[in-house]
Amino acid sequence: MAIQVAFWVLAAVIVGAALAVVLQRNIFRAALFLVLCFFTVAGIYVVLSADFLAGAQVLIYVGAIGVLIIFAIMLTRETQRGSPSGRLRLPALLVGLLFLATMVFVIVSTDWHVVAEIPTEPTTSAIAQALFSGEEGFVLAFEIAAALLLAAIIGAIVLVREK
Amino acid sequence: MAIGLEHFLILSAILFSIGLYGALAKRNAVVILMSIEIMLNAVNIAMVAFWHYSAPMLMTGQIFVIFIMVVAAAEAAVGLALIIAIYRSRDTVDAEKFNLMKW
Repeated sequence: MAIQVAFWVLAAVIVGAALAVVLQRNIFRAALFLVLCFFTVAGIYVVLSADFLAGAQVLIYVGAIGVLIIFAIMLTRETQRGSPSGRLRLPALLVGLLFLATMVFVIVSTDWHVVAEIPTEPTTSAIAQALFSGEEGFVLAFEIAAALLLAAIIGAIVLVREK
Repeated sequence: MAIGLEHFLILSAILFSIGLYGALAKRNAVVILMSIEIMLNAVNIAMVAFWHYSAPMLMTGQIFVIFIMVVAAAEAAVGLALIIAIYRSRDTVDAEKFNLMKW
């Protein structure tokens, strides 16, 4: 019962915050709604008993990406002009609604394979074992992710540096 | 009514559609980037829901989410750096005025 109440409240807040990001004209407020959206997605992870991911979501999205986006808004000083919609507004609305209708139809009409067992134990050590276990692990992808982050940091510094 | 896999997948689809609309309709490049982050979050919700309901013993769903988060962080850093660099040279972040590479 508590899980159901939590799901509906979180889902309503997520959809409302995401709509506010897209519809709000003041882009600083849109960024604050985006942070709220990220935070409630962490709540959804808790409902799905993915504890490590909820923590990572708060640290990476709410902390790092939220601050980065707010910094970018401050540095570009476009707040007074707001975020108007472009010429593609109606086609974009149409594409979004068509995509949503297709997805809902597919999701409802598919017979999903659902396992009865509900995971309740902490997932952190299981993730670590799956990530780094020899043959079937993800060690190479992990190393490539590290190289990707380094390249992204250096690229961002080179792009933003004053000539 | 119990909460099932479909509820999370439909939530994810709604969130992805909102992000898709924002990415296509908005003119401010920072808002477009924010919409892309919303779409990535929608995908992450679907991944974790599949892990929880379909394969709770395999951790692959959660590991994919971790890698998506890494790539999203890298993308946000490089994307915002690009936007700031363009703002320095052209004094705007309006995506309809970025026609430097248009042919």
